[in-house]
Amino acid sequence: MTRYIAQRLLILPLLMVIYSFVIFLIIQAPPGDFLTAYVATLASSGSSISADQIAALRHQYGLDQPFLVQYFLWMQNLLHGDFGLSLEYQRPNADLISEQLGLTLALALFSFVLTWAIAVPAGIYSATHPRSLIDHVLTVINYVGVATPNFMLALILMWLAFAYFDINVSGLFSPEFVDAPWSFARVGDLLFHIWLPGLVLGIAGTARLSRIMRANLLDELNKPYVVTARAKGMREWRLVLRYPVRLAFNPLVSTIGWYLPALFSGSLIVATVMNLPNIGPLLLRALINQDMYLAGGILLIYSFLTIVGTLLSDVLLALLDPRIRVES
Amino acid sequence: MPLTRIAIEGAVNQQTPLLQVRDLRVSFQLDEGVVRAVDGTSFDVMPGQVLGIVGESGCGKSVTMKAILQLVDRPGRIDTGEIKFLRSDGETVDLVKLPPRGAMIRQIRGGEIALIPQEPMASFSPVHTVGDQIIEAILLHSHRWEQGGRKISKREARKITIGLFRDVGISMPEQRVDAYSWQLSGGLRQRAMIAMALSCKPRLLIADEPTTAIDVTTQAQVLALLRDLQVKYNTAIIFITHDLGVIAQMASYVVVMYLGRVMEQGPVDAIFHAPKHPYTRALLRSIPSMYGQTRVALPVISGTLPHPFNRPPGCPFHPRCADVMPACSVGVPRLMPVGDDQLASCFLHHNEAEPV
Amino acid sequence: MSGTSSAAEDRVAIASNWRLVWWRFRRHRLAMISAGLLIFMYMIVLAPDFFSVQDPERTDARQAFIPVQMIHFFDDGSLSPWVPTITGKRHPVTLRMEWVADPARKVGVRFFARGYSYRVLGVFETNVHLIAPADPTQRIFLLGSDRLGRDQWSRIMHGTQTSMTVGLVAVALSVILGVVLGGLSGYVGGKTDQVIQRIIELLQSVPTIPIWLALSAALPRDWTPIQVFFAITVILSLVGWTTLGREVRGRFLALREEDFVLAARLAGCSRMRIILRHMVPTFASHIIATSSLAIPVMIINETSLSFLGLGIRPPAISWGVLLQEAQNIQTLALAPWLLTPGLVVIVAVLAFNLVGDGLRDAADPYSN
Repeated sequence: MTRYIAQRLLILPLLMVIYSFVIFLIIQAPPGDFLTAYVATLASSGSSISADQIAALRHQYGLDQPFLVQYFLWMQNLLHGDFGLSLEYQRPNADLISEQLGLTLALALFSFVLTWAIAVPAGIYSATHPRSLIDHVLTVINYVGVATPNFMLALILMWLAFAYFDINVSGLFSPEFVDAPWSFARVGDLLFHIWLPGLVLGIAGTARLSRIMRANLLDELNKPYVVTARAKGMREWRLVLRYPVRLAFNPLVSTIGWYLPALFSGSLIVATVMNLPNIGPLLLRALINQDMYLAGGILLIYSFLTIVGTLLSDVLLALLDPRIRVES
Repeated sequence: MPLTRIAIEGAVNQQTPLLQVRDLRVSFQLDEGVVRAVDGTSFDVMPGQVLGIVGESGCGKSVTMKAILQLVDRPGRIDTGEIKFLRSDGETVDLVKLPPRGAMIRQIRGGEIALIPQEPMASFSPVHTVGDQIIEAILLHSHRWEQGGRKISKREARKITIGLFRDVGISMPEQRVDAYSWQLSGGLRQRAMIAMALSCKPRLLIADEPTTAIDVTTQAQVLALLRDLQVKYNTAIIFITHDLGVIAQMASYVVVMYLGRVMEQGPVDAIFHAPKHPYTRALLRSIPSMYGQTRVALPVISGTLPHPFNRPPGCPFHPRCADVMPACSVGVPRLMPVGDDQLASCFLHHNEAEPV
Repeated sequence: MSGTSSAAEDRVAIASNWRLVWWRFRRHRLAMISAGLLIFMYMIVLAPDFFSVQDPERTDARQAFIPVQMIHFFDDGSLSPWVPTITGKRHPVTLRMEWVADPARKVGVRFFARGYSYRVLGVFETNVHLIAPADPTQRIFLLGSDRLGRDQWSRIMHGTQTSMTVGLVAVALSVILGVVLGGLSGYVGGKTDQVIQRIIELLQSVPTIPIWLALSAALPRDWTPIQVFFAITVILSLVGWTTLGREVRGRFLALREEDFVLAARLAGCSRMRIILRHMVPTFASHIIATSSLAIPVMIINETSLSFLGLGIRPPAISWGVLLQEAQNIQTLALAPWLLTPGLVVIVAVLAFNLVGDGLRDAADPYSN
């Protein structure tokens, strides 16, 4: 077991190196560099900058170096915790990212918990009461939930709230708490606001997860060990929870590997639409303005979270399933 | 305690059956139509008796057993019939009338009637240790192990499990208790399953093709073990199989089923040496014999098993029967005595048809 | 009685695999309805102009945010479709245009009538439209108009063409990649398998949406809408093929051990023939089912990307591009019909999912 985790942990840096290279390739791909964009911005605002100054800046940022050298410079700085300077904000990228990272993680994790809290009981109910009225209703909700892009759901909810109840559901805080220091009241305010974006972000996942849970549990309920357990004289609900649900859980746990990362990166769209503090909108702006090191930094963070999410699900699965635990 | 003891002994002497199945009918409502899996089955099980039930796959053997334990799953349903069971306190209950999730049937399941399932591999949960699953059964029916009304502890249950493992011939029982089913060999798995079935000292054991999923050598060992245990605990066993050889070894009384109906039943010697029903005869003919001619194809039962939605009218066996008569496709023959303790449902031997 | 049903059994016994799939699929009522709907939507893809009422690019600032004009089919009890005229008045205080429907003044609507001229599939020119105002000088807005006074209905028709095509092409590319690479991986095995598996794992653990965004942002700004369209499609399919690749590989691994493959090999079939004639047909129906479930994912991704401004770009029209107009909540409160492209997305995705589920169930004709 320890060896298994150690193996997975060893792959992590290797994957990060591969990702960082690919990311660097992508952020370097647009024609020109961020100084070209910078000059253009300056020109559009009326001020100008001399060719010498540009050359000096280009040298200062290492932009006149070959691609690989630039990559190694970037990596070197990254290893020292230096994410570079944002062109647009003229502030260290590390600061910009860390300001938003906490709430980004909070939203994704909250949505994750909400998803499981809804999907698992719904799936169990549907599987143990197949073809019942509630099962049919849940199936319809699931189909529509999967089919609705989450930005669409966000738009509809925001529009309904605004047009019919005259309330603004965007943001994670009430206006008076947006820039306030952390306090219990602010956390309370956050908890009051986070559930709607959390639900919007998780709706498709909830639908998919409860369908997976239903299908798995239906499969498991037909397995001979359920008959064995019944023949022992167990109470039905205890039996269902202890045996088939426990087994139906394993495939569900392996979905964490893609679901948690999907929530991290999916929050990008919801956060943009609902105007939430999140690294998503930051990335979007950085990409559009060719603020390449900021974009690169954020992409790296996403990759890291993705790998950690996958790792987490592998470890959890190994803990839950003795067949994996014993054999690895 | 002594009082019930006498009551049971008395029952044995008067030959009160432990289990009486009367005209049991189980059907499955599927989208494509209704399948009558068990269609009027009747038989008795005496205390301490080993009853063999034979038949081809799909003849309703397993469904009958599930019905006894009230384990018939949707879309299946027990339509009519009686399953009278003599409980250890001397009371007789009709299992069909018990709610399938109620307390009474749960006490009987595992506690008084235990099941040895067909596939020992799939019948243990793969994510719980074998020991855990047996300990759970013991704790569920702890009163059967209690002395002086004291609750049994988990540790004691574990000790009992290790003892049971030793009884069923599992070596290194202390270690094997903590094994998962997929870590055990097929034979050991089935032994563990038998240990679980015996864990609450049942009075009736239902063994549903317990040896089909294991290899022949192990099969013989498991059968020997079951025979020994049966003698030791004097448990009644319903032994389901499609293997006539196994029946000859194990059972003292045999029920032959076809398409959910009992074709013939009788003492094992009568069934093997004086079969009355053409189906039984056909079955016996298809066993390879030590004294038979070599290089001659074994006789097979002509025709194929009809599709479940397509039951023939009259006697279910008549389309494949060698001795078919015009009456066979009209009425359904009743199960009637045809000899000493032997019954058959065939118009060759009587004219009694089932009331329509 | 038994004679007829055994005839039915014989019919099943000799039916081809595809026939069995079709028989089973036909039983899913919702899937059949969805399939009909999708066929209709692909007819729109073939000739969006026929289904349009107006030129989707025709702007008129004075006709911004005109509300939905409902079609009424009966006029005084006789069949004569019409829409009410919409007249605008400026609010004296807010100076905002306020549109009022006037059922007394009717604009006649004709089917298969003449309108603006267009080319079908770039070949022949016509000016027949499914719906058109009886008086060609009139403008009617069946789903309202946007901030530039463009007809939402006609724009949705053109958006349907783009978005449905993106989904189809991206999945087609994924299928080709998935079958070729997955097949190679599963059939050849060894080192090839190792390399392809690592690539799949790598691609599957990529944070998709951010990487997609970054890739689209990296597209040169001066590309034509067609170039962008194909680039987006390629980007979408780059990650999409992995699921299919895995599945195909698994099937190949399982099939390689089957007796009929061994028999074909012993009979001297070439490797290509074994793969194409013996192995692929056994799981082709699964590939189709999986791909029909992949199309809606592609459609949602394209829509999201375009909605964020990093996918299909105007002047090209896709559902996502149309939804960009609905980003502002104040605008949305004023003109809720701007959300209609989103409803079309939901309906299309729902239909694809239902068809895909029906196909997946039907793909195993022998399972029951």
